[in-house]
Amino acid sequence: MGTKKNWPLWEVFVRSKNGLEHRHFGSLHAADAEMALENARDVYTRRNEGVSIWVVESKNITASNPENYGELFEPAQDKVYRHPTFYDLPDEVKHM
Amino acid sequence: MSEEQIKNLEAQFEARIARDEKIEPKDWMPEKYRKTHIRQMSQHAHSEVVGMLPEGNWISRAPSLRRKVALLAKIQDEAGHGLYLYSACETLGVTRDELYEQLHTGKAKYSSIFNYPTITWADIGAIGWLVDGAAIINQVPLCNTSFGPYARAMVRVCKEESFHQRQGYEIMMKLANGTPEQKEMAQDALNRWWWPSLMMLGPTDAESVHTEQSMKWKLKRKSNDELRQQFIDQTVPQADLIGLTIPDPDLKWNEETGHYDFGEIDWDEFWQVVKGHGPCNKERMKARVGAWERGEWVRDAAMAYATKCSEQKEKQAV
Repeated sequence: MGTKKNWPLWEVFVRSKNGLEHRHFGSLHAADAEMALENARDVYTRRNEGVSIWVVESKNITASNPENYGELFEPAQDKVYRHPTFYDLPDEVKHM
Repeated sequence: MSEEQIKNLEAQFEARIARDEKIEPKDWMPEKYRKTHIRQMSQHAHSEVVGMLPEGNWISRAPSLRRKVALLAKIQDEAGHGLYLYSACETLGVTRDELYEQLHTGKAKYSSIFNYPTITWADIGAIGWLVDGAAIINQVPLCNTSFGPYARAMVRVCKEESFHQRQGYEIMMKLANGTPEQKEMAQDALNRWWWPSLMMLGPTDAESVHTEQSMKWKLKRKSNDELRQQFIDQTVPQADLIGLTIPDPDLKWNEETGHYDFGEIDWDEFWQVVKGHGPCNKERMKARVGAWERGEWVRDAAMAYATKCSEQKEKQAV
C-alpha cells in the first residue's frame, strides 16, 4: 500500500469584486487543486468576498528569508531620487 | 549559540514587539513564544470546532426557516474560524495531525463553556448572546496581537463574529416578548448560561499564571477581571431591555465606580469542568474523535484519487 499520504497544504489568494489584485486570504489542506479551489470557495468566500480564487501548493511558494532582509533590500535604501519629493519644482508649475 | 547571543536576540525580539512590529513565522523567536502561541492558538481553534457541537444539536429543530439558516451559517463560520486558527498555528511548525491528537487525548484543552448541554431552543439564543459576546470581548484586542498570522486570523474572525451575537440576542428578544412559556424558557436559559459565560473570561487575576508574559507579547491587553467587568457592564442593560433578569442577587450598579458589583463565582465548578467533569466533556470528545475516525476513509479515498489522477497525467505526458 505504501506510507499514508496527508493532504498537502495550499495557500489561497482571492481577488474581490472591487479589488485590483489577488490577496492572500489564508491556507487550507486539500487532496488536489480542484478540492482546494472548492474548499477555498467554501471557507474564504462565504460573504461574497471574491470573483477570482487562486490556490497554490505552499511548497511552490518561494519566500525571502527574513534574516537576509538587510542585504536583499539594501539597494533601494539610498535611492530617494525614485520618489517625486526629491524633485524641487516651484509652486507655480501646475499638473505635475 | 552562546547565552549572550540568545539574550541579544531576545532583547531585539522584545523591542520589535514593543514597536508594534509583527512577528512572522520565519522570524527568530524565543522557544517560549513559539510554545505559548501554539498552545493558545490551538486551544482557540479546538474551541471553535468543539463549539459547533452544542449548537449543531438544534439545527434540525430550529423553529423557523429564518432561525435555521442563521444557525447553519453561524456554525459554518465556527468551522471556518477553526480553520483560520489551525492554519495560523501550523505556521509555527506543528501539524494538524499533532494538534488533533492533542485534542483527542485531552492533552490540549478547549473553552470549558462548550461542556454544557443545550437543553432548549432558548439555549441557542443564550449562547449567541452571552458566549459569543464574551468571545468578542476576548477577540477584538487580539486583532493587534504580535504574531502576524494570529492577528490576521482574528481580524477575519471578528468581522464574521458580529452577526453571531445579534442572531442570539434576536432569539432571546423574540422569546422574551412571546408567550409566558417562551419568556420562561428564555429566562431559564439565561439562568443556566450566565455564570459559565462569566467563567469563560478565565480565572481571576490572582489565579492567572500567564498574564505578565502575555501582556508583553500582546496576547492580552486587559486582565481577565477587567474583561469580565466589561462583559457584565455591557450585558446587564441588554438583559434589562428585554425584561430578563440576570441570575445574580448581588448584582448592583455602583454609582461610585461606574461599574456593576456582582456576586461570587463558583470557581470549583469551573475547575471541575476544566478537569473533565462537566456535563458534556465525554460526549464532546466522543463526537470529535468519532468524526475524525469515521471520516478517515474519506480522507484516504480523496488522496488515493488525487494520486491516481496525477499518475495518469504523468503517463499521458510521456
